[in-house]
Amino acid sequence: MRITVDEEKCCGAGQCVVIAPEVFDQRDEDGIVVLLDAAPAADQYEGARESAGVCPAAAIHLHEDA
Amino acid sequence: MSAPSDVLVVGASAAGLAVTESLRRKGYGGRITLLGEEAGAPYDRPPLSKQVLAGTWEAERAQLRTRDVLDALDAELVLGQRAVALDAAARTVRTESGTELRAEAVVLATGLHARRLPGLSGAAGVHVLRTLDDAGRLREELLKAERVVVVGDGVLGAEIAATARLMGVDVTLAGPQKAPMQAQLGDDIAQLLAGLHGEHGVRLRPGSLVDGLETADGRVTGVRTAGGEVLPADLVVAAVGGVPATDWLTGSGLVLRDGVVCDSRCRAAEDIYAAGDVARFHHEGLGRSLRLENRTNATEQAVLVAANILGEDRPYSPVPYFWTDQLGVKLQVYGLPAPGATVHIAEGAVGQGRFVARYLDGEGRPVAVLGWNMPKQARLHRQHLLDRYAPASRSAPAAAPR
Repeated sequence: MRITVDEEKCCGAGQCVVIAPEVFDQRDEDGIVVLLDAAPAADQYEGARESAGVCPAAAIHLHEDA
Repeated sequence: MSAPSDVLVVGASAAGLAVTESLRRKGYGGRITLLGEEAGAPYDRPPLSKQVLAGTWEAERAQLRTRDVLDALDAELVLGQRAVALDAAARTVRTESGTELRAEAVVLATGLHARRLPGLSGAAGVHVLRTLDDAGRLREELLKAERVVVVGDGVLGAEIAATARLMGVDVTLAGPQKAPMQAQLGDDIAQLLAGLHGEHGVRLRPGSLVDGLETADGRVTGVRTAGGEVLPADLVVAAVGGVPATDWLTGSGLVLRDGVVCDSRCRAAEDIYAAGDVARFHHEGLGRSLRLENRTNATEQAVLVAANILGEDRPYSPVPYFWTDQLGVKLQVYGLPAPGATVHIAEGAVGQGRFVARYLDGEGRPVAVLGWNMPKQARLHRQHLLDRYAPASRSAPAAAPR
């Protein structure tokens, strides 16, 4: 799996950080998403999928086959 | 219980889509039908009053998912079809074209309609903003407008006023409260927001009840307040709230009271659930019914509903959350700032334009947290609210057995 984030869409809600803290963080200054791991290990897939699903700005994109 | 063989989701916006996605994420392999009133692909609403209205995004950028992602869901999308009736006992939904859709589980996620006041309609140049089409029409007129009056000082009205002002239009924001978003922010922070709007040249008319429109040749020329003042306008936006889209459920047997009334499991009747703006659910942590009109509620409630459809039987007791971006300021609000709560600055400083505020009730317990240009820090303070909203904090009775 490969993950990309759309910083311009991100609204800074931080739900991804709560769900998958090993994959996502937020910038201190403006709360925008920081992608910690663009190609996470398999044990992070579920959290990454849930994060993409609940992201209130639809700013997380998963490329499952990559 | 076993999973239903098929699920029908009525409403193809954020909540409806999230139910569908969440079912698939949990491995549900049954048939899913997603029925939507609008013809286009599911889109997101928060950008409508901001990036889409301002024109910094094309409409397509507000779409929630790409075509490929939608296809991979393996759901049947029935779009451009309004639901007109539900037979709750038979779990059958009839659409305006006469089609009948039936499933073992039904999810109601029809959202809101923009409220239209009789005194604020019937003339050209008067708009509401709820759909992508609304945003397109409003943008077109904003580009030509010289003076716009936004009627309604809630979140949407304040956002539209902010966006219009940044587009260079002369903007007046009129509403009944002492300051914009007073109900959502409390007095102190709402005054700060009023200050921000004032600095950017938004004319504020707080404490204004709107009486009606002034028109000439069928087109609006101004808004008349109850105090007799006329606010000149060649464009008016009525942002006076939303009405749960439950008209089609009249006679269905479901309980409707400012939304679809549900138990704490978001269940409106046997195998019928509701999610998003339309759902009034019992919040066990607060011990009362609640209906939330915000974006994160749509997905969080949808995820819970998907889990309960698959037999998990979990209560929905969220810490309410919304954000808004206005005039360069990002606000994040967790919890429900009760009227009369006292506000303490927990981090940063008002004078620096960045701070986290904690709202305390009369007994000194935190009831809400607000971030002003401090999204991450506000989220970290959210943990202080968990006791307040967790179901364990009250011994509320469990939902009705099924």
